[in-house]
Amino acid sequence: MRCIKCHTKAVIGLPRHNAAFCNPCFTEFVHDQVARAIKAERMFGKQDRILVAVSGGKDSLALWDILLKLGYRADALYVNLGIGSYSERSQQKVQTFADTVAATYGATLHIHKVEQEEGAGIRELADLVHRPTCSTCGTIKRYQFNRAAIEREYDVMATGHNLDDEAARLLGNVLHWQDDYLDKQGPSLPASVEGFAKKVKPLYRLAEREVAAYAVLNKIDYIVEECPMAKGSKMLLYKDVLNRLETESPGTKQRFYWGFLERQAKERPAASSMTEKDRASLHPCAACGQPTTAEMCSYCKMMARAKVSHSRTTGS
Amino acid sequence: MQVRLSHPERSVEIKGPKRVRELLRELNLIAEAHLVIRGDDLVTEDELLADTDSVEVRPVISGG
Repeated sequence: MRCIKCHTKAVIGLPRHNAAFCNPCFTEFVHDQVARAIKAERMFGKQDRILVAVSGGKDSLALWDILLKLGYRADALYVNLGIGSYSERSQQKVQTFADTVAATYGATLHIHKVEQEEGAGIRELADLVHRPTCSTCGTIKRYQFNRAAIEREYDVMATGHNLDDEAARLLGNVLHWQDDYLDKQGPSLPASVEGFAKKVKPLYRLAEREVAAYAVLNKIDYIVEECPMAKGSKMLLYKDVLNRLETESPGTKQRFYWGFLERQAKERPAASSMTEKDRASLHPCAACGQPTTAEMCSYCKMMARAKVSHSRTTGS
Repeated sequence: MQVRLSHPERSVEIKGPKRVRELLRELNLIAEAHLVIRGDDLVTEDELLADTDSVEVRPVISGG
């Protein structure tokens, strides 16, 4: 297989684009896809301060790497969830990237330890509030990333969600007709109300395999092992189904997700629709001030339940 | 050839020479969900792997 741009030996074939690239041309292709995403969705500019949510996995570290190389002002936040040695190994990968790559661009890594602030690791917290670990994890991460972005005055928060993530989420939302969630499936969500940071997904034009290839080719040392809590997750099933369809018919994932975005944009601009809805339904949480539809936000409710359960079990 | 796999981490011996595409088919793995790495390099599906090669088949899909 030959690179379609320079005709040297290719390192990756991309059936959905009917293309193949050598290492330098593939890196250029990835940078170009991210630059197009940023421009098309008006995500941020060169003067904006960006907070990247990093996990130690390929997507978030690749995103941090790409934004720095494209000349953006991007710092990162890592949330250590306290999942035993898995969290320690993930943090180590993030720290190594921060020291060896990000620091050379003058970028900063912030670290939040769940055990320190929330008083227990994610598994223990999930047990205390009788909720699945992944949903407890999602609530804590969303809360802490938003809080860090607001408190540290970043203009925008960026996550490493790729085309596979978004197509799988869309499939799940459509299968269950989750209309409310469909509104929030865009790659650029506005800071609709005071207390919410703008959130963007600059990798939405890239397949998961392409992001992993970028990480390998650019020698980004990421955590390959899967989070031990993700085993049996619905997202993995949806991704598997979509990848089987993709194999039979290359381009299925992008047609599905991008087609959805085009329809959404035609019907009504997602950003304005979301802003209107959020302004009508959200107000500050009585405990922490972050926007919520209830009196207390789901994070504060969860932490209150965890405290009650903890004192019942310990008698303190 | 020696083939390193993940989830769970293990090694298997597969008879070469063999194209990457055939190796993935034999292991019942989808190309869209995996990368094949030989040394420091990614290899495309039409690449011929020698019996003496040592490769890693890395899954790229995560559940988060």
